[in-house]
Amino acid sequence: MAERPAYPAAHPAEVRVVSQRFGDPRAATLAGYLDTGGYQALGKALGLNGGEAMAPEAIIEEVKKSSLRGRGGAGFPTGLKWSFIPKGGDKPKYVLCNADESEPGTCKDRLILEHDPFAIIEGITIAGRAIGAQRGFIYIRGEYRYVLDIMQRALAEAYAAGYLGANIRGSGFSFDILAHTGAGAYECGEESALMESLEGKRGIPRLKPPFPAISGLYGCPTVINNVETLASVPPIILRGGDWFLNIGLPKNGGPRLFSLSGQVQNRGVYELPLGFPLRRLIEEVGGGVLGGSLKAVVPGGSSTPIFTAEEALGLNLDYDSVGKAGSFLGSGGVVVINDRTCMVRFALRVMQFYRHESCGWCVPCREGTNWLQLALTRFHRGDGRPEDVDLFTDVAQNILGRTLCPLGDAAAMPILSIVRKFRSEFEDHLHGRPCPFAAESSAVPVA
Amino acid sequence: MPETPSKPAPAAGAPAAPAEVHFTVNGHTLAAAPGTLLIEACRAANIEIPSFCYYPKLSLQAACRMCLVEVEKIPKLQTACTTVVAEGMVVHTETPTVHAARKSAIEFILTNHPLDCPVCDAGGECELQDMTFRYGAAVSRFDEPKRHRDEQQWSPVVYYDRPRCILCYRCVRVCGEGMDVWALGVGNRGILSTILPNHQDHLECEECGMCIDICPVGALTSGAYRYQTRPWEMQHVGAICAFCGDGCKTTLGVRNGVILRGDNRDKNGINGDFLCVKGRYGTDFTRHPERLKSPLVRDASGELRPVSWAYALETITDRWRGIQAAHGQFGVIGSTRCSNEESYQLQKLARRVLGTNHVDHHRSADFPALFDALAQPAGAAAQPLPQLADSGALKTAKAVLLVGGDPTQEHPLLAWNLRWAHRLAGASLYVLNRRDIRLRRQARRMALLTHGTEADAVRYLAAPQRGDPPQAELTAVSPPGDKRWPQTPPSTPQPIPGGLEEFRAELAQERDVIIVFGPELTGDAVQALVRFGASLPGHTRYIAMADNANSRGAADMGLYPDLLPGYLPVADGAARAHFAAAWGGDIPAAPGWNQRQMVEAVDRRELDALYVVGANPFRLDPVNAANLKSCFLVVQDLFLTETAQAADVVLPALSLYEKSGTVTNTCGEVQSQRRGGSFEGAKTDMEIIHALARLLGADFGRPDADRVFSEIRAQVNGYDVSLVQLMAGRGALAVPRDGAAPRQAAPQMIRPNHDSLFTAGTLGRYSATLNAVLEKHSRP
Repeated sequence: MAERPAYPAAHPAEVRVVSQRFGDPRAATLAGYLDTGGYQALGKALGLNGGEAMAPEAIIEEVKKSSLRGRGGAGFPTGLKWSFIPKGGDKPKYVLCNADESEPGTCKDRLILEHDPFAIIEGITIAGRAIGAQRGFIYIRGEYRYVLDIMQRALAEAYAAGYLGANIRGSGFSFDILAHTGAGAYECGEESALMESLEGKRGIPRLKPPFPAISGLYGCPTVINNVETLASVPPIILRGGDWFLNIGLPKNGGPRLFSLSGQVQNRGVYELPLGFPLRRLIEEVGGGVLGGSLKAVVPGGSSTPIFTAEEALGLNLDYDSVGKAGSFLGSGGVVVINDRTCMVRFALRVMQFYRHESCGWCVPCREGTNWLQLALTRFHRGDGRPEDVDLFTDVAQNILGRTLCPLGDAAAMPILSIVRKFRSEFEDHLHGRPCPFAAESSAVPVA
Repeated sequence: MPETPSKPAPAAGAPAAPAEVHFTVNGHTLAAAPGTLLIEACRAANIEIPSFCYYPKLSLQAACRMCLVEVEKIPKLQTACTTVVAEGMVVHTETPTVHAARKSAIEFILTNHPLDCPVCDAGGECELQDMTFRYGAAVSRFDEPKRHRDEQQWSPVVYYDRPRCILCYRCVRVCGEGMDVWALGVGNRGILSTILPNHQDHLECEECGMCIDICPVGALTSGAYRYQTRPWEMQHVGAICAFCGDGCKTTLGVRNGVILRGDNRDKNGINGDFLCVKGRYGTDFTRHPERLKSPLVRDASGELRPVSWAYALETITDRWRGIQAAHGQFGVIGSTRCSNEESYQLQKLARRVLGTNHVDHHRSADFPALFDALAQPAGAAAQPLPQLADSGALKTAKAVLLVGGDPTQEHPLLAWNLRWAHRLAGASLYVLNRRDIRLRRQARRMALLTHGTEADAVRYLAAPQRGDPPQAELTAVSPPGDKRWPQTPPSTPQPIPGGLEEFRAELAQERDVIIVFGPELTGDAVQALVRFGASLPGHTRYIAMADNANSRGAADMGLYPDLLPGYLPVADGAARAHFAAAWGGDIPAAPGWNQRQMVEAVDRRELDALYVVGANPFRLDPVNAANLKSCFLVVQDLFLTETAQAADVVLPALSLYEKSGTVTNTCGEVQSQRRGGSFEGAKTDMEIIHALARLLGADFGRPDADRVFSEIRAQVNGYDVSLVQLMAGRGALAVPRDGAAPRQAAPQMIRPNHDSLFTAGTLGRYSATLNAVLEKHSRP
């Protein structure tokens, strides 16, 4: 088996729950996974180790108690989502693991997939037990093609050892998991587009309602969760929802993985309790800003509204605090931006991404991202007009809230916040002046 | 049993849904059935909600974002095309926020839409123009370069201009969901998204042009029409398609008398949204260079020479008078593409003026056998036959039995309606056919006959106790209402034990079946079909499929040797007396010769004169040219057909598109149309018939379709249809009265053309567009 990438030394502030096996080569095999405490949670849930099996409702209750919220971006309470699945019914139910990690600034699910594939399998299986499903799917980002091999090796081992398939370890519970890759589309991270893609169709979002809990994959009740969310499930079942909740804050249970990138010394993925101060993340864990002083921080992946340095340094990283401050904790992708970075260029780079990734289905996103990219390119080049600054805001406002899926909002929110908070930098580009950061901004790439 | 006082029993299951929900739009309280889309409810109340991607009866897209409205208690604007009305919902469609959203949607759409309206075919009839005018901004803020991509040709008749495309996906849906062809798809993503053929660089399709018709802008244009004119330079004349027997309305675009296009502009004919390749593109036969412009008379050298109308008509009547004086035999063959009025006057000329019952037309369905089979026993009071269905009835049918025929190829409107019923009304379609026809994809059950004919199978269904069932494979179980895409019935028929008996048993579970049958059933097979239909529960109705635009009208108007108009027997003295009184002259009593017998009489040199109007009988029944010398042949047509080439006199006629009158489709729906195009040198068949009658001393009156139709309404069984309905552009079902039709003696005279989508008997040869399409589809 290929050597796993080494995992850099952890920071003392970290609470290693989902990342407990990162860098541990034993987790690559089922035997090693079992040696490191793997499958004890499933054993508990199914009553494999002599104990009583947990009722499906009890599993959901434990997850509700943990206050685990979705780690993909929207932060929806996981236990509540599971409880939406109708009981009974003659349609099959599905668990979908969303491994289409594509949000710029986010690279945490990849580490779980690489370092601890069995934890994901175990989490999906427990979720399947909880909602009464017999089949799960892992939809892996197209660019993570090599991860498919890792997952498939792990799945094969789990099947061989009776941890998947018919009558798992004699429990009477049967469950199958299939791994599948996308073809390289950000849009397929959106849950309904992902289902379309998994069904073999164009990856475009569906009309909602109906929501996946009622009509998801193949028109059947479906739970769809992020990789990290599902990998958090076994520790919750094993050690209890209260234990998990108490790591974080009320309604913000547990630790989560933060992907720290940008102009910061120690870029990497860190598992920190929810509510961890952003200042400490940058200064202590991250080792400080690289190449200048702090100008701005993107708190939760490229689609979340940006914070100025001042706003950022007083902020705690939990869903509610970041929400109150006007942005989102999102996928936990923290991007640090120093004062030598041109914010117009940053906005342009972000817009290039969304223009490229817009699925094109609905008008405001398709045409709006194209318009903004073209206009920002012209503007940054030095051909801007004073009215352009308001135009950027206006066009983004016309995308916001008017698209079929959240991708439109994801494209509009960063540009709106950047223009509002760094308007003077836009004005500095006017009247034929060259970009004030032209000499420096190429020194350290941002995104 | 003692009576126990009790509350009314609760209804089984969930409480019944309320009949209506009430909601408020812009302060007006509206009501609609539960499940109604907000956009439909508003439009029904005359509240305009603009949209591009929304199209009634196609799947929902929510893509154009033009129909955003405010719904109270929901923070974001909502798409009215996907919002279902709910009790107590409060909606605002005319607020500053909604106006701003519409303006912005138009602005976004226009960012990459070229403003080439002055040369765009859709200019003047473009929904984007109209919407920009009504809802758009006065200022363009988009200053960046627009994306350009070169135009593509996907078929002889379909061009695609990506820059103009606003990606509403109507074309993709109408092709897939409506036509069940699935030739179009969406490619690439984001700003590079594009509509594209699912088969490399060209369309593998029925060339129906529905994608062009449904395109709200000029992205899809017609290869037969593009760049020829501006829409406002044309008159738009509602006509009935001159090709198959379904009777679709096609709106002719006419400039200076020239028909430049057919399309489905106002969608208010019996065909609704639908039009096929012939109705849309076939009109160009009217411009064919070989169109006859002058009467021709064969001169002493044997050549056909152009002559004046007066000379030609006198030549004819002089000869006819001579033959009459010598008590010679006349034969008359009428057309399946002339108007009802012309067919009526033609048989009147034959019977009353030429004194012959040798009258016929090219038959392709056994209508007399159907009406005879449906008749009540003799002596019962004559009632209109209630068992005939119109084409629209198929759309709401619960169950349909299709025996023989291939509607997809031969009756595209009936096929469209059958698919509609399957897709939107959950109808069960049962197919009985020797061929694996395309409608199998919508069939709940198909009996694919492996041995024997449809007639054998129908006889078995009617009387299963007699003999072994014809062998059939049952296949294609497609549950009604299954909207999954794509529908994938088994690629090869799977034999199912039970064969036709199982087919019969399943049909017996259906109520109110409409039976549609093709030319495979004639004579006693039609009788057997009706016996079987009568055994089914509920009210069984029938449609017989005949080939041409007025095949049914020709039959109804009495172009038969043994039947007078309205299927009254020639042999019946009372019937003869009725028409003799109406026409002011005697009618010969003996039934005449049918078309084949007339041609055989030519070969025996027993027929002295043959008058062929809009027909090409020598294509079906060739004659020996030498024998023709003793028969004076007059042919009246648009082109020099095989029959016309043998004629002594050829008279140039106008086409159905160039005359006013009524036609009757294969279901019996009478429709009225006005003259669209004109063509110098030719006359309508009615003008010619009237002129010949006048020269022979009979006054048929002014050649005016309305006047003749009044006579038909008064005289012809079943034709007392509502004039109001006709004038409103609707079809009015002509229903012959009970007991009218005697059985036909010659079922072998039912000789269908088996046209494909791209052929149309003799007429189709003269459409350049149909030929181009045919050529594309015959390439290996």
